[in-house]
Amino acid sequence: MQDFGDAFALAFGLVVNADADLLEIVALSLKVSLSAVAIACLIGLPLGAAVGMGRFRGRTAVIILLNALMGLPPVVVGLLIYLLLSNAGPLGWLRLLYTPTAMIVAQAVLITPIVAALSREIIEQLHAEYDEQFRSLSVARHAAVAALLWDARYSLLTVALAGFGRAVAEVGAVIIVGGNIDHLTRVMTTAIALETSKGDLALALALGIVLIVIALSVNAGVMAMRLTAARFAYA
Amino acid sequence: MHEAALKQRPGQGTYAVESAERQVRAPRGAARGLAYEVGGSRLIHGIDLDLPSDTFTVVLGPNGAGKSLLLRLMHGLLQPTAGQVSWDGRRLDKALRLRQAMVFQRPVLLRRSVAANIRFVLGLRHVRRPGRVHDVLREVGLEAQANQPARLLSGGEQQRLSLARALVLDPEVLFLDEPTASLDPASTAAIETIVKRAHERGTKIVFVTHDLGQARRLADDVVFLNRGQLAEHSRAAQFFDHPASQAARDYLEGRLILRHT
Repeated sequence: MQDFGDAFALAFGLVVNADADLLEIVALSLKVSLSAVAIACLIGLPLGAAVGMGRFRGRTAVIILLNALMGLPPVVVGLLIYLLLSNAGPLGWLRLLYTPTAMIVAQAVLITPIVAALSREIIEQLHAEYDEQFRSLSVARHAAVAALLWDARYSLLTVALAGFGRAVAEVGAVIIVGGNIDHLTRVMTTAIALETSKGDLALALALGIVLIVIALSVNAGVMAMRLTAARFAYA
Repeated sequence: MHEAALKQRPGQGTYAVESAERQVRAPRGAARGLAYEVGGSRLIHGIDLDLPSDTFTVVLGPNGAGKSLLLRLMHGLLQPTAGQVSWDGRRLDKALRLRQAMVFQRPVLLRRSVAANIRFVLGLRHVRRPGRVHDVLREVGLEAQANQPARLLSGGEQQRLSLARALVLDPEVLFLDEPTASLDPASTAAIETIVKRAHERGTKIVFVTHDLGQARRLADDVVFLNRGQLAEHSRAAQFFDHPASQAARDYLEGRLILRHT
C-alpha cells in the first residue's frame, strides 16, 4: 500500500508524462462513451421530439416510462445485455460479449432514456411556443420537427453532454459486458476499480484525475454553450 | 350587414400593384352558423358573416367577446363546433390556408437571425426568389438588422419582423390579432403603415384591436362582437357615428356592457 502523497506524485507523473497505458485506457473510454452518446442521440432525439410533439393515447404512460428509465441501474442493464450477448443468449451468434461494441451498446441503453426524456421536455416547451404559428404557416410535420430540433440545438447539446457525463463515469454495466480485459476493454472506471483493489493507487488516481478533468471540461462546455446561447437569445 | 352595403372600391378586389408578380387578388370570406364551444361552454354563437374581398375589416368588441376566436376560426386554426367558413364560396381547407397569413399579438420568432426567419417561410413554400428576403426586410425597415438574432430585437421590431414573415409570400388574406397591443405610438404607426401598404396591394385585412383611434384610422368596415355573438357589421363611418346596437353604443362610450345584444 502506497503512501497517499506518493500515490498522488506518481499519478501526476503518469499524467504529465502521458503514460502509454494511461492514454490507451483514456482513448478507449472516450471512444466507447462518445459512440454511445452518438447512438443515444440518434435514437433519443427523434423519440423525444415525437413524444414532445405528439398527442396520442398512452402518451403520459410513455413519459412516465421514459422518466423512470433515466434511473436504470447500470448493473441491471449490464446483466440484461450480458444475457442477450452471451453464447446461450439470442444475440450470442454476434460474438460481441467482452468487446468494446458490447460496452457501447450497454452505455447507449443506459443513456438513451436520458436523452429522450430530457429532449422531450425541451421540445415540448418549444413546440407549445411555436405550435400556433407553425399551424398558421401550415408547416409540415417533418419540417416542424427539423425546425424544433435546430432551434433547440443548444439545449439539446447540453442534453448530449449530460448523457456523455453519465456514460463516461459508468462502471457497473461495462465491467459486466466488457470484462475489464487489459488492452481490449479496460476503460477508466473499470481500471480504477481494479487498480484500487490491487492497491496500485497511482494509476487509479491518475485515471481519477483524468476523469475529473473530463467532467469539469464537460461542465465548462455546457456553461459556455448556455452563455453563448443566452447572449444571442437562442436559448 | 352584407357586402353590397359596404363601401365599394374600384376593381372589386383586383388591384394595380407595384409589379405584376406582387399582384394579389383577395377572396370574399363567409361564415355560416359559426359556433365554437369548449367543455360545454359556448364561446361563439352561430355567427353569419360576410367579409368583402377589398375592405380593411376591423374586429372590435369588449374583452371575452370572441374576437381572437373568430379570427382563428376564419383562418382555420380552430375547427368550429358547428357551421363553416368559406372563402370565395369554397370551404376553408389547407390549400386556402396556404394563401393566408396571421400575425399574433405576441410575435413568435424562431431562435435564428432576422433573415433566417424570413428564409424559413420561403423554404417551406420552396420559393426561390433571389432578393426577396432583402426586399421584404427593407419594406418593414429591418434591412440593417438582417443578421441580428431575431429575439434581440425590440418589441416593435419583432412585430415588424413577424409582419414581414407574414407578408413575404403575398397572402391573399392577412389576419392580425391585436398586433400593436403592447407597442409604443411610433411602432404602432409603423405597423399600421405596413399593413395599409399590404392592403393597397390587394391583401384582404382582418384586424383585431381594442384601440378605437386605430380602428377609426384603419377600418373600412367594422365587425362588432359581444359575448360571442355578432352584434353589428357595418361601414366604419356608420358604426362610429350611428351604431345600430346598444352594446356598440355602450362600448364606444366606454361603458361596461351589461346585457346581451
